[in-house]
Amino acid sequence: MDPIQTLIKDLADIHGRKRESLLPIMQGVVEREKYLSELSMIEIAREMDIPAADVYGTATFYSFLETKSTGKYTIRVCKTITCAMKGKNQVLFAIQDMLKIKLGETTPDHLFTLLETNCLGWCHKAPAMLINDDVYTELTPEKVREILSVYLKQNGSNGNGYH
Amino acid sequence: MANSHQLKRVDFIFRNENDWEKVLSNTIKKTPQDLINELISSELKGRGGAGFPTGLKWKLTAEAESDEKYVICNADEGEPGTFKDREILSRVPYKVFTAMAICGYITGAREGYIYLRGEYKFLKEELEKVLDEFDYYCNEIKLDFKIRVFMGSGAYICGEETALMESMEGKRGEPRNKPPFPTQSGYRGKPTVINNVETLVHTFTIFKYGAKKFYDLGVQYSRGTKLFSVSGDTPKPGIYELELGMSLQDFVYEFGDGDTKAVQVGGASGFLVPRKKFKDAAIGFKGKLTGISLPTGGSMMLFNSSRSMFNVLDNYLEFFREESCGQCTPCRVGCQQLLLGIKAVKRGDKPAAYLDKLLRLTETMQYTAKCGLGQSVANSFSSIVENFREEMIY
Amino acid sequence: MSKKVNITINGYPVEIFAGKTILEAAESQGIKVPTLCYHKDLCVAGNCRVCVVEVVGQKRLSAACATPCEEGMEILTNSLKVRNSRKQIIELLLAEHNADCTKCYRNGNCELQTLASEYKIMTQEFIELVPLKKFSIDMYSPSIIKDDSKCIRCQRCVRTCAELQGVNALTVAHKGDQMKITTFFEKAMRDVVCTNCGQCVNHCPTGALVEKNYIEEVWEAIANPNLHVIVQTAPAVRVGLGEELGMPPGESVTGKMVAALKRLGFDSVLDTDFTADLTIMEEGTELLTRLKKALVDKDETVKLPMATSCSPGWIKYIEHMYPDHLKHLSTCKSPQQMFGALAKTYYAKARNLEPDKIVSVSIMPCTAKKYEAFRPEMHDSGYRDVDYVLTTRELAILIKQAGLDFKKLEPAKYDRLMGESSGAAVIFGATGGVMEAALRTAYEIVTGREVPFENLNIIPVRGMDGVREASVKIEKPLEDWAFLDGVELKCAVAHGLINAKSVMDSVKNGSADYHFIEFMACPGGCLGGGGQPIPTNAEIRQKRAEAIYAEDSGLPIRKSHENPEVHKLYKDFLKEPLGEVSHHLLHTKYTKRERY
Repeated sequence: MDPIQTLIKDLADIHGRKRESLLPIMQGVVEREKYLSELSMIEIAREMDIPAADVYGTATFYSFLETKSTGKYTIRVCKTITCAMKGKNQVLFAIQDMLKIKLGETTPDHLFTLLETNCLGWCHKAPAMLINDDVYTELTPEKVREILSVYLKQNGSNGNGYH
Repeated sequence: MANSHQLKRVDFIFRNENDWEKVLSNTIKKTPQDLINELISSELKGRGGAGFPTGLKWKLTAEAESDEKYVICNADEGEPGTFKDREILSRVPYKVFTAMAICGYITGAREGYIYLRGEYKFLKEELEKVLDEFDYYCNEIKLDFKIRVFMGSGAYICGEETALMESMEGKRGEPRNKPPFPTQSGYRGKPTVINNVETLVHTFTIFKYGAKKFYDLGVQYSRGTKLFSVSGDTPKPGIYELELGMSLQDFVYEFGDGDTKAVQVGGASGFLVPRKKFKDAAIGFKGKLTGISLPTGGSMMLFNSSRSMFNVLDNYLEFFREESCGQCTPCRVGCQQLLLGIKAVKRGDKPAAYLDKLLRLTETMQYTAKCGLGQSVANSFSSIVENFREEMIY
Repeated sequence: MSKKVNITINGYPVEIFAGKTILEAAESQGIKVPTLCYHKDLCVAGNCRVCVVEVVGQKRLSAACATPCEEGMEILTNSLKVRNSRKQIIELLLAEHNADCTKCYRNGNCELQTLASEYKIMTQEFIELVPLKKFSIDMYSPSIIKDDSKCIRCQRCVRTCAELQGVNALTVAHKGDQMKITTFFEKAMRDVVCTNCGQCVNHCPTGALVEKNYIEEVWEAIANPNLHVIVQTAPAVRVGLGEELGMPPGESVTGKMVAALKRLGFDSVLDTDFTADLTIMEEGTELLTRLKKALVDKDETVKLPMATSCSPGWIKYIEHMYPDHLKHLSTCKSPQQMFGALAKTYYAKARNLEPDKIVSVSIMPCTAKKYEAFRPEMHDSGYRDVDYVLTTRELAILIKQAGLDFKKLEPAKYDRLMGESSGAAVIFGATGGVMEAALRTAYEIVTGREVPFENLNIIPVRGMDGVREASVKIEKPLEDWAFLDGVELKCAVAHGLINAKSVMDSVKNGSADYHFIEFMACPGGCLGGGGQPIPTNAEIRQKRAEAIYAEDSGLPIRKSHENPEVHKLYKDFLKEPLGEVSHHLLHTKYTKRERY
């Protein structure tokens, strides 16, 4: 069996196959695969015996359920008011500059995807961002460069987007 | 409001109390009816922003006939400028669980869910650890109540209670038609109590210390304390538990940076109050007899004179345009029109009078949108455009 | 629910059952509250908000379609607040809508256009959103065109596809300003589970979903003197067409329709009913053969129950959803395709025409028939068996374009050779009709006597319940059919694919003990087809059904096997049912498809 099929079957075994298990199952796939591919959505529909269109319609409603290929790390920079006031753009520029990608893009080595997101709930420590599920707050261009360097080092990348 | 220039700081919510087991076991010795009466007499109102009387909500659910009922803790905190629920769940989660279990006891629900927003996923593991402990104790005292964590996945609208239930049922988080209300037909179509995280913690306080202690705090129609998430142009951003009823003037005196131009009360869906109205504005629920009364889920964002109110409004509207579920016309199209409209006025493509057309549009949105999201876009829009009209135009 | 509440509407007292909506209360008083997302066939969505009304004492307005009446409510349906709000909502919808009405297929029959006209929206002050977005038009399907720029996101199509049809080809995707109606992964309609039934088209208030029309192609063919253009009309068209031409629902306009078609310039005006009768001969024989093989020969490759195969929406549905159960399907082509195959063989020969000079047009209540005609296997005559399929609505357009005063036309009769039909064929247009027609013939073949129902009306298979069951006990059969003596022939009828699903699930799990099942993709059968006049709803379907059954009882021939033209066809050409020629021209095979 295809590894995605196995993953989805296992998730369905854990969460059940009723419609209300759809979110946990999709979240489980995203946790492992980083996004929901066409194939994984079809498999989810098959496993749960629900229409594929419904899986797609539900997935696209939630901003954390990506349906496009993303990198190993998804960076989500908060763009809502306080973060915007406290230097979100400078942070964003620093990231774009360092990773050589624009908003919405993925580095060629598939390590990082850069996105903006709505209020992360860290307004008192703005600006904030998520890298996958981890939160980083009170960001400055310097701080964000340091954070990304650690990720790059861990993954043996020289930071130009190519291995 | 007394011009005391003093805010009454209180410490109930985060007070570290290691006696939740006792609170739980003692509380469920009382009859559900007594507990409901206690809660009603505290005059606690929902702390998510809408301010529905909590006691009444529990009472309605308790009275609803069904062999299956649910208690849901709404931890889909997404309103720009609030972060109190995250803090509660990371610091005193057992208070939330205890309150949910008591609610289960009162209403007859045997299952509870915490709907945790995807942005707070890092809390999940710790919460589940505490839950294990909690389950163990419930077993011990033979309380049939089981709490689970349900993760959201990034959708502000799921904070709307019926959208949240749709989401829990595996669907798009689109608000339902009301009636029926969740107390009659909620999660899985069953009677459901859904409360904000903070509301539940207040019930913990009430059950532990009695309704009077709570009632004695705050002012008429706005009893008790409230957590405020303070951010923006302030030297001391953070979370503060304050008595309700304070004047905005006092608040700014305490938290402002000396140059506060306006305060956004209640997040992007709340009201912007300009400096000249600080002294007339009080923080609390509707029904206050004098001045402007502003309900809030606790978001207090301060802006100093370096901020352009156009940019602020632009930011809010972009937020709403993206976070609207998109199903109803006034909200889906209205949000887009408002955003494009203020930009067009700013550019000069539309005359300044177009702002009046947009104000009428927000009125329509307030009257006709299906849920609170679309209805409350009018709040920030009208309060910003009316008070800072010149900033919108020039 | 028997409790009544007292409310007032615009100051006038109304007594109404508790639980009824404000919209229903207003309707009961003859007060029209405008709606868009509301459709009587569907569950209430309450998302367009044009039906808002004022409940005195409440600041917010209420959606009339979604708000139940409560004791003492004072409702205003036309207060200034209501009017202003409603007007602004219409303006908002127009700002999001490609309002180039003069270039729209639904111009003149668009609910949004009607509302805009009623509210006299003369200017567009809001910023038009259509030019700012990259809307796409999906024109790949042979049946349906989906134009997102005209979509008002009422979700009627999505609810139709899910609630009535259980197909769920359409969904709502994304949120906020990006929210749209689309398919799985935003693929073209032809690449997903869409059955082409066209119910979405029939339920769409605007021009966002329309049939792919072949009007110009047909006019061109008619104008070409080298071509012999023949037309066949399906049974349900005659009870729907009038509605498009200013007549009330439930009027049968067979004669006028034939007259109109002749005036449009078709060389021969023929009847799909003829091949409906033929279908009964083939399918009835197939059923009896299957029964024999299954009951006497114990042939396990023969699948029972046998399912009808006239409805192309149903065929595509079973191919997608139950690909392992295609053996249950009758191998008979639909009457349209039988007609097509014969037109370019039998008819061509009899009329001494070159088949490649024949253009075969059909008028159908159906959009799936367009797809069916395009199926690669439908070339058994050596040519494309049916060239163009027009819906009832398209025929009405032809008639209007030709300037005919339809109501005043003198009724005419179908041309001969493939124009004769029986009452059994007419009722093909209603759910249960194929079953009734088949029973009338099969019972008589087996026993030599008429079906034991008064006036040949097999009432148990009629009606509008989603699934209906009937059984006929066979007594004293003729010698050839002795093995059926005492057998209770069990039948079921399902219409609307959501009901087909429940029956097929019971077939799949083995709990269905039927011998024969009629499936129709559309609610009410073909008379409620996706190509029928808009609006179509339960009330209108009922009226069309009554007209169909009236037409049946009024015909001299009521049984398919008594159609003299069918006899002649067998004698001159086919020889016998299920014979070699039949097998080649009138039967088909099916394709397994993916559900996902």
